Amino acid sequence: MTAVETGGTGEETGGDGVEESSAVVSGDVLAVAREQVLERGVGLTEDQVLAVLSLPTERLEEALKLAHDVRMRWCGPEVEVEGIVSLKTGGCPEDCHFCSQSGLFESPVRAAWLDKDRLVEAAKQTAKTGATEFCIVAAVRGPDAKLMEQVRAGIAAIRAEVDINVACSLGMLTQDQVNELAAMGVHRYNHNLETARSHFPEVVTTHSWEERWETLQMVRAAGMEVCCGGIVGMGETLAQRAEFAVQLAALEPDEVPLNFLIPNPGTPFAHLEVPQGADALMTVAAFRLALPRTVLRFAGGRELTLGDLGAEQGMLGGVNAIIVGNYLTNLGRPAEQDLDMLETLKMPIKALNDTL
Amino acid sequence: MEPPAADAGAQPFCAWCGGARAEGDHAGCERRLATVDPPRHCPVCARRMVVQVDPVGWTARCSRHGESAGTNGFA
Ligand code: SF4
Repeated sequence: MTAVETGGTGEETGGDGVEESSAVVSGDVLAVAREQVLERGVGLTEDQVLAVLSLPTERLEEALKLAHDVRMRWCGPEVEVEGIVSLKTGGCPEDCHFCSQSGLFESPVRAAWLDKDRLVEAAKQTAKTGATEFCIVAAVRGPDAKLMEQVRAGIAAIRAEVDINVACSLGMLTQDQVNELAAMGVHRYNHNLETARSHFPEVVTTHSWEERWETLQMVRAAGMEVCCGGIVGMGETLAQRAEFAVQLAALEPDEVPLNFLIPNPGTPFAHLEVPQGADALMTVAAFRLALPRTVLRFAGGRELTLGDLGAEQGMLGGVNAIIVGNYLTNLGRPAEQDLDMLETLKMPIKALNDTL
Repeated sequence: MEPPAADAGAQPFCAWCGGARAEGDHAGCERRLATVDPPRHCPVCARRMVVQVDPVGWTARCSRHGESAGTNGFA
């Protein structure tokens, strides 16, 4: 598998030059971050994040090391392991340009519902890996009565047989639905802002960034943990990547899942490049430096973008959570491989009683 | 019924793009099947299959050629 070169010089870092960004950050940004983020726990500003993203590849190793120190200092050594499953796949009315599950594109992904037995089995298999989180996901704009009923029945069936926190990701919610999910005991709700506010209209036209933000506010107010991240490599500039990092920081989410674009056939982003490893790892480090205390999770796309060695570098570069096993429509590497990696890295898996 | 996944490499259609294997280059398709994608097209008839992915595996059903299953794609 691909190792990500940290010493090379040939990597493009994108459209924004180092000179331009260093003009607004006085001193070396990593030295500044060491004092500000590592010592004081204050996340980087937008300009500072941009300065990190604009660092030459020769400094990647140093940035990852600092991000790792920040994670160890403010989050600790535990890694949160999660499994996810698609309860309702495909046929979504929205037009998120990266998504193979939109019914508006000529994607090969066909609509399907997972039955309850298989849902419970998926939760069991996930718990066996030592995971503490199991997230039920549906490809919808927001839930209808049928989906809410399926989720309710699914959660009850999981509860009866499996000891694991249940999270949900069901799109945009009404206040009533937020209340219902909280009453069902949903521990955490995932709803990704996906990208910087300024880039969102290039990615989704059927709903707005602000609508997503509103759902997240209701989720938090109802007492559920907020899980909100996005996808790197959707044509955003480095400045927009920095903008996204601080917008996430302003949300103060409990968890940020970081995905790297998998260009899916039939989608408007099918022809974008797979994000490059060094660039992706610098993004990991920069996000950790912007979000010193959050659970920063490796989600989809790491297999194509980083390969096996790059995943290790990310785990040693600020990441403290992973999704194990397969994703919603894409496959991951076998869970054992990730568990072996954590053992090699001597990173303990967060236990269920630590999460309560 | 022979499950379509059994000998996908010997079948006429590419399970990733649905194109004829004899035409064009499917090396990129195979890379995707070996890493991040389950089969989406039936390798026998190229129909789009109903695919379900769960944490430990996938199942794919062709309306004509039945169901196949796996953990990590065909390759
Ligand atoms: S709302 Fe979700 S499932 Fe629907 S197109 Fe957007 S990302 Fe895909």
